[in-house]
Order: sequence, then structure tokens, then C-alpha cells
Amino acid sequence: MDAQIIAELVEIVGADNVLTAPTDMITHSYDATQKCYMPDVVVYAEKTDEVARVVRLANRLKISVLPRGAGSGFSGGSLPVQGGIVLVLTRMTKILDIDSDNLTAEVEPGVITAELQRQVEKLGLFYPPDPASKEFSTLGGNVAECAGGPRCVKYGVTKDYVLGLEVVTPTGDIIHTGGKTLKNVVGYDLTKLFVGSEGTLGIVTKIILKLLPKPAAKKTMLVQFETIEGAAKSVAAIIGAKIIPATLEFMDGATIDCIRPTSPIPLPEACQAILIIEVDGDAAMLDPQIARIQDIIKSFGILSVRIAASHEESEEIWQVRRNVSPSLRRVNPDKFNEDIVVPRSKVPDMIRTLEKISTDYGVPIVNFGHAGDGNIHVNIMVDLRHHGMAEKVERVLDEVFQAVIALRGSISGEHGIGTAKAKYLGMELDATTISYMQRIKDAFDPNHILNPGKIFSYNSNHLPVKTGNN
Amino acid sequence: MNKNKNLQDFAGVIGECVKCGVCQAHCPTYQLSRREGAVARGKIALAAALLEGGTSLEERLQEDINMCLMCGSCVSKCPNKVPTHEIVGAIRRQITDNEGLSLIGKGVSTLLGSKALMNGLIKGGALLSPMLLKKVPESSGLRLRFPAPGMQDRTVPKIAFRNLFDRLPEFIEGRPDKPVVGFFAGCSITYAYPEIGEHMVSILNRLGFSVYLPKAQRCCGIPALSSGNGKLVTELAEKNVAAFKGRDVQHILTACGSCNGGIGEHYRTMKANFESFTAKVIDFSVFLRDTGLFEDLAGMEKWPERTRVTYHDPCHLKIQGITREPRLLLKALPNVEFVEMADASVCCGLGGTFSVQHYQASKAIGAKKAHGLQESGASMIATACPGCIMQLQDIINHAGMQVKAVHLLELLAAALSPRRS
Ligand SMILES: Cc1cc2nc3c(=O)[nH]c(=O)nc-3n(C[C@H](O)[C@H](O)[C@H](O)COP(=O)(O)OP(=O)(O)OC[C@H]3O[C@@H](n4cnc5c(N)ncnc54)[C@H](O)[C@@H]3O)c2cc1C
Ligand code: SF4
Ligand code: SF4
Repeated sequence: MDAQIIAELVEIVGADNVLTAPTDMITHSYDATQKCYMPDVVVYAEKTDEVARVVRLANRLKISVLPRGAGSGFSGGSLPVQGGIVLVLTRMTKILDIDSDNLTAEVEPGVITAELQRQVEKLGLFYPPDPASKEFSTLGGNVAECAGGPRCVKYGVTKDYVLGLEVVTPTGDIIHTGGKTLKNVVGYDLTKLFVGSEGTLGIVTKIILKLLPKPAAKKTMLVQFETIEGAAKSVAAIIGAKIIPATLEFMDGATIDCIRPTSPIPLPEACQAILIIEVDGDAAMLDPQIARIQDIIKSFGILSVRIAASHEESEEIWQVRRNVSPSLRRVNPDKFNEDIVVPRSKVPDMIRTLEKISTDYGVPIVNFGHAGDGNIHVNIMVDLRHHGMAEKVERVLDEVFQAVIALRGSISGEHGIGTAKAKYLGMELDATTISYMQRIKDAFDPNHILNPGKIFSYNSNHLPVKTGNN
Repeated sequence: MNKNKNLQDFAGVIGECVKCGVCQAHCPTYQLSRREGAVARGKIALAAALLEGGTSLEERLQEDINMCLMCGSCVSKCPNKVPTHEIVGAIRRQITDNEGLSLIGKGVSTLLGSKALMNGLIKGGALLSPMLLKKVPESSGLRLRFPAPGMQDRTVPKIAFRNLFDRLPEFIEGRPDKPVVGFFAGCSITYAYPEIGEHMVSILNRLGFSVYLPKAQRCCGIPALSSGNGKLVTELAEKNVAAFKGRDVQHILTACGSCNGGIGEHYRTMKANFESFTAKVIDFSVFLRDTGLFEDLAGMEKWPERTRVTYHDPCHLKIQGITREPRLLLKALPNVEFVEMADASVCCGLGGTFSVQHYQASKAIGAKKAHGLQESGASMIATACPGCIMQLQDIINHAGMQVKAVHLLELLAAALSPRRS
């Protein structure tokens, strides 16, 4: 990159925060999709004003800017597909305020999700969104992707907790949306527009979040089923009975095969599906709720029910769930990891369709995820060294997504579009809707400098990743 | 011949990194700087680029590779168990092979060679006294760990006038019906904390074991490993393996987490047949648990005034999963009231020779422990590694706290001694 530009960047953020060596480009070229694109320069910003000045410089010279948090994204959102300035926000780590009277928190974008959770929980408060990556993802990244997690079935996703934002726009202006109040109808709701915009409309530099009182207690149970139908029907029956557990996670038979060898809890061969159900609230309410759930699901082919009596036992149950992603590689070396979502009553239909696609194509598909909100992690496990496998996967994915759309679901519940799913955008959204979205992008970012090539690009390959995580 | 693995040998495991970023949550150097070059994932990307010829050992790469404690905290939480600490070791050796002991090794030898520099440091109280340092072999990790500029305010251990080998014979006979066990003492215990070694031997002896303490044993090689001196690691490994051939021992005990990681874990990864040696290496806490000692201790009458003690996990034990045994011991001790502290398993920041090169970073990483320690209300922090004891005491002193860092064996010895304090 031009020495003059580097000098200007150094002037803004200081020499320590401008990285130009070739190896610095290597260490900022990837995210959890495992794709690699080299940036031209890496800048670490520590203040809103620095972010704004970097963006203004980029806008003037028409250089791309890629906001980057922890780089844990599953859709390639932070990748510099067209080179440019990777602008890292991980050093903006201040929790500016936790307000127990108004149940709000104000944070900088580099704060780690779980760190905020720990701090508010010390005060008896609660920030519910819990992506599996919460120990390392940034809140800025969570806002940009509208991250969700197991607890979202009861508590909603990131967008349900964002009250207000400070944003640096693609032209380098600093704007403020929403505020500290739950109610606010002044002007357009730009807050909602920025949440989930994948860093294409602006760079979030401050976030005002809504908090809840921390639930007094929780109780976890693990139920083993003879069939996946039994588990799917149980989910529908629980929700149908107007009970919303805090989490309602499921695993299918293929998943259980992967975790059986390392599971801390014995999983017999007959076990073909698992539900992990957690309820929370007043301690006195929990036992009756668990009993009711047991009653509702008892006719669906249950092999065993384990109710955690202590924190350790509950951790043991969650360990079963956490073992899933790393153990998938037992099936096949290459993984295509989708996070589809269908209306929750349609989970049994979707599972059946996935099983059919798997048999039709002779390709293992491992499914697990957040049954309670219809969000299924679909993992197509293949060995790409086999001739023609890549094309086969293309067809499998097409069928999966078509089935999702037919059930009025969505092709991504949590991970976003980025580059990984851009080519499927048209399957879910009609052309007119997409063009309105693009006009919003044009209005905010006339020079297309902010995170270009994301969401709307159709030329990226849908490549696999090595197995290991979800 | 150099018997360490080289980077090429790690090609397979490097390919196992799925770039998930999980290591960010566990890497002390990343948490300090929040920069991708500091975290395991970044280092693995650099290792992959080196293998593919996408980069050479340029300066910035060396900076990133040096920013690692080799603590293995990332490894235990990595879904694919990518051994970043070993891979970093291999790159450091490659750097040394290409450019000589440029980084830390050279720094140490120029320092040791310069009287003026040495005297300046001694006045600042930062350095091991040179007179006594003479008693420590050239190849000892203790030399690599401490004498460096920029550490003026560091708390350093005193070198004992009579080291462990001066104090004890090579063979200490026990009961005839009990086996012989070897004791690998390591530099810190031998030269700085010989009394810990004496406790170890007398406890083993009391349990009936004969103890073999071969005087030919040397430094385990962890500091050499950390500074990229592969030749020295090989030399030390061969000498240590040979040293224990003198007698048929059932086990080789360590009372130092780093030594255990060195002569156990690292030798196992070397391209040599050390299997019959490494298979015998065992941490003292695991060994003592197996003897049934903990039950006996638990059966003892509790002391009326017990010391509130918390525990710090040495990295080299933590990554082998040895976290329960030390706690079981503390819970069983009649003289101890055990309390858990927050961040017990967070690295103390010493990291082989890391603290010499990056004393400020090392201090900042260590300082994170002070908070949990304070909150625990403990008046002592016990651990199972003398390196950690030095670093923890430094952290405590800098935080102005009234806590003493001790070895588990000191508490155990007190419990077994007839005099109650
Ligand atoms: C093991 C693992 C488990 C995961 N589990 C879940 C899960 O359960 N639920 C879930 O929803 N996701 C999950 N994810 C995906 C990922 O963690 C989330 O998308 C997360 O929100 C990304 O945060 P990040 O800080 O890593 O952002 P990055 O990956 O760095 O960036 C993601 C996107 O956000 C943009 N961005 C980052 N910071 C800002 C900012 N301050 N302003 C504007 N744009 C910004 C980037 O440009 C990019 O487009 C998981 C990922 C991994 C690796
Ligand atoms: S946790 Fe392991 S696999 Fe994941 S990025 Fe770190 S080193 Fe790679
Ligand atoms: S060994 Fe320790 S310091 Fe090095 S990358 Fe892993 S966690 Fe970080």
C-alpha cells in the first residue's frame, strides 16, 4: 500500500496500530470459514474518532474497509475479498456502563460476549444471547450478525436486546440511533437496520443493550428417544402446551453416533435422538415445570430421562452438547455447515426431508441444533477427494434450501450471508426486495467501500470447511 | 544429532486447525494484547505459511512467535487439540538454527560475559548473585530464566549455599518390601529450593520407598526449549535418560510441573526412543494419591487453626489433566482449609524464558491472578511448580498483598511433622 496512505493511517491510530508486514496480512486474512484473502493493511482502532477518520480517508481514496471483530464468523463477513484495510475492533474493550436501575449496559464493540455476561451477572442481571462462540466473539460482531444461541427460544436473539447504537457510517459520519429507553419511536428505527447488516452499512462503535433480571434458578434435563420422530413430536408438544423452556436443543442419531465414544453420559445404541431441555425462573416453579414436560412427552418413545441435581450434573449434560462439533470429523473430512431455520412446528417435516435427501444421495447429513426455535445445524459430511462429490454437494444443498423455503423457513438463522451464502440469497428473497436492500446500501455507501462483496455478491464459491466446529 | 521434531513433522496437525477462534478465550498473550498475531490461531496460520513457503522467518513473524508462553492453555480447549506450544517450539528452533541464538540465548551469554552489566543488575537486586550463580551449571534453565536487563524490580529466588545434591546422597534406602523410585529434582528445586526436594525425599522415605537421586541429572530442558535451543534440549534429554539408567526404578517422580512437562511430555514427542524413560515419569501428586496417602491424611485430626490456602494450576500439569490430585491433597491436609480461587488455571505468565524477553507482558498476565487471589481470602497460594512459585510471589509483591506462595510439599511436610506451628 502507498506509503502516503500508511503515513496518514499512522497519524490517526499510531504506528503500533498499523500493521504492514506480509505476515501481518497472513494473520488477518481468515475467519472461521477458513477462507483466506489478503488485506493490504491492518489497522487496530481504539476510539470512535479513529474509526471515523480511517473511514473518511478510505472513502476519499476509495479503498475498501473491512470491520473485523474476533473473526469467528461462519459466513466470511470479515474477509477482505477485494483487499483493502482490515479494521480490527478487538481493542475497544470498555464496558462503559452497567445501569442496574434502568437495566441497561453500554459497551464498546470489542467487549467479549461472555465477559459482559459475567459482569452483569455479578449484579444480579442477565444478558441472554448466548452464541456457542460467546467466550470469544465480540458484541460488535454479535450485533453485525444478529447472533443467536440456545437460550434464544425463550429470550430472543441479539436484535431483541439492542436499544441504541453509535455508528460510523461508510462516509465517516458518526450517528446515533435509538437510546437508553425501551420505548422510542422518534424517526426511523435505524437500530434494527444496522443489527444484522454484517458490517456493510456502518461500523458499530458503541452499543446500548437491554438487560434482564437474572433468573433465580435453572434446571437441566437430558431425554433419550428411540426415534427422531419421537423427539420432534415432543418439541411440538411442549411448545403446543404453551411451555417455553429456556433452551430446547436436539441431536439426531447421526450426531449421537459421533459423540457416543466420548460422552460422559452413557448413550446406548437404541438412542436415536436426544433433547436437552433447560427451564429457568423461580426455584419453586422448576420442579413442577419439569414434571409437566415429562408428562407431556412420556408417550413419544422415551428411553431415559436424566435430570441434573447439581451444577456439576448440569455441566455434564451440556458437555454432551459441546462434544458435538469437535466429534463430527469422525464421519468424513469435509463439512458443509448450514444453519437453516423453519417454523418450529415444521421441525419434524424438515428432519424427515433431510433424512430422505441423505438416503437419496448417499451422503451423511448430521443434524443438531436449537429445536425450540426451529434452527437446525445441518452438516453435510463428505470426502471431497471422491470424484464428483463437489457437484453432488451442490445438488444436496439446493434441495435442502428448497425444502426450507417450501416450509416458509430461512436459509440462515444465525450465521448470516457474507460471502458463503450470497449465491443463495435469491432463493429466499425476490428480486424487488433485494433491489430495495441494494438501494439502502447505495444510499449509505455511495462508493461501496464498506465491506464490499458481501451479501449481494453471487460469484463466490460455496466451498467446504474442514470439520471441527459449529 | 538433533532429536527434536521440526516444523515439517507438524504439517498434519497444523492442517487440523479449523480457524474457529476458540483459543482466543484461553490464550493469555491474546487476552493481553487482543491482537491476532498473539493467539494460537495466528501462530498456526504463520506456521502453515512457513511450510508452504508463503513467508520466511522475517522479523514480524519472529515477534509473533516470541509472544507465546508455550503454556498450552489453547491446546486443551482446542476442538482438534492442535499442539500450538510444540509448533511454536519448532519454529523457535528453526529461527535459532538459521540465525544462531539471536534472541534470548545470546542476550544471556553477553550478559554473563560482561562484568559491568552484571554488577549494575546486582545493585538493583535483580540478579542472582554471580558468586552463587557459579554453583549453577551453564546449561541450567535458571540461568536462562532470570539474568536479564529490564527486570530490575523482579523478585528472584535466592540461590541456596548448599544445593540438593550437596545435602542428600544419591541413594536413600527405604523398606526392603517397597520399590525404588527415582526423583528428578530439576534446577529450581536443586539450586533455589533444595528444602522442597528434601521434603519430597523424606516423605517418600517415610512411606517406605527407596529414592534414587542420580547426581548426573541435568536441567529438564524447558527453558532451552522455550528459547529455541534445540541442540541443548537434545543434549539434556540424552543425559537425563542416561542418568536414570543407573538403577532400576519403578517411577521417576517430579515435584516441578515444568520438569514433568519437559522430561515427560516433551521427551515423548522427540525423535528418539525415550519411551521406557518417559513412561515412568509421574507427578508427585498423582504418585502420592496412588499410595493411599490422601486417605490417611483425611483421617488425621484437623488442626484447630488451619491456614486458608488456595491453589494455582501450573500449565504443564493442567494440560496433562493433572488438576484434581493437587486439590485432593489440599482438601485432605489437616493443617489446610482449602478455598478455590477465580482464574486458578490461568497461566502465571512465567512461560519458560518468556518473562525474560517480555517482562512487562509477563507481569501484566500475572497481575490478572491477583484479583482472584485477593477475593479468595487465602493467606497462602500453593502450587506444584517452583517456577510458578517465583512468579506468583513476584505478582503478590507487586500487588502489595500479604500472601505467601508455597509448594504443596511444604504444606504436606508441615502436616506430617510432629511440631505444630
Ligand atoms: C465455534 C463457533 C460457534 C459459533 N456459534 C454461534 C452460535 O451459536 N450462534 C451464532 O449466531 N453464531 C455463532 N458463531 C458465529 C460467530 O461467532 C458469530 O457470527 C459472531 O457474532 C461473530 O462475531 P465476531 O466478533 O467474531 O465477528 P467477525 O467474525 O469478526 O465479523 C462478523 C461480521 O461482523 C462485522 N463486524 C464485526 N464487528 C463489527 C462492528 N463493530 N461494526 C460493524 N460490523 C462489524 C464484520 O465485518 C463481519 O461482517 C459461531 C462461530 C464459531 C467459530
Ligand atoms: S482453537 Fe484450535 S482449531 Fe480453533 S483456531 Fe485455535 S488452534 Fe485452530
Ligand atoms: S501456548 Fe499459551 S501463549 Fe502460546 S498460543 Fe497457546 S495459549 Fe497462547
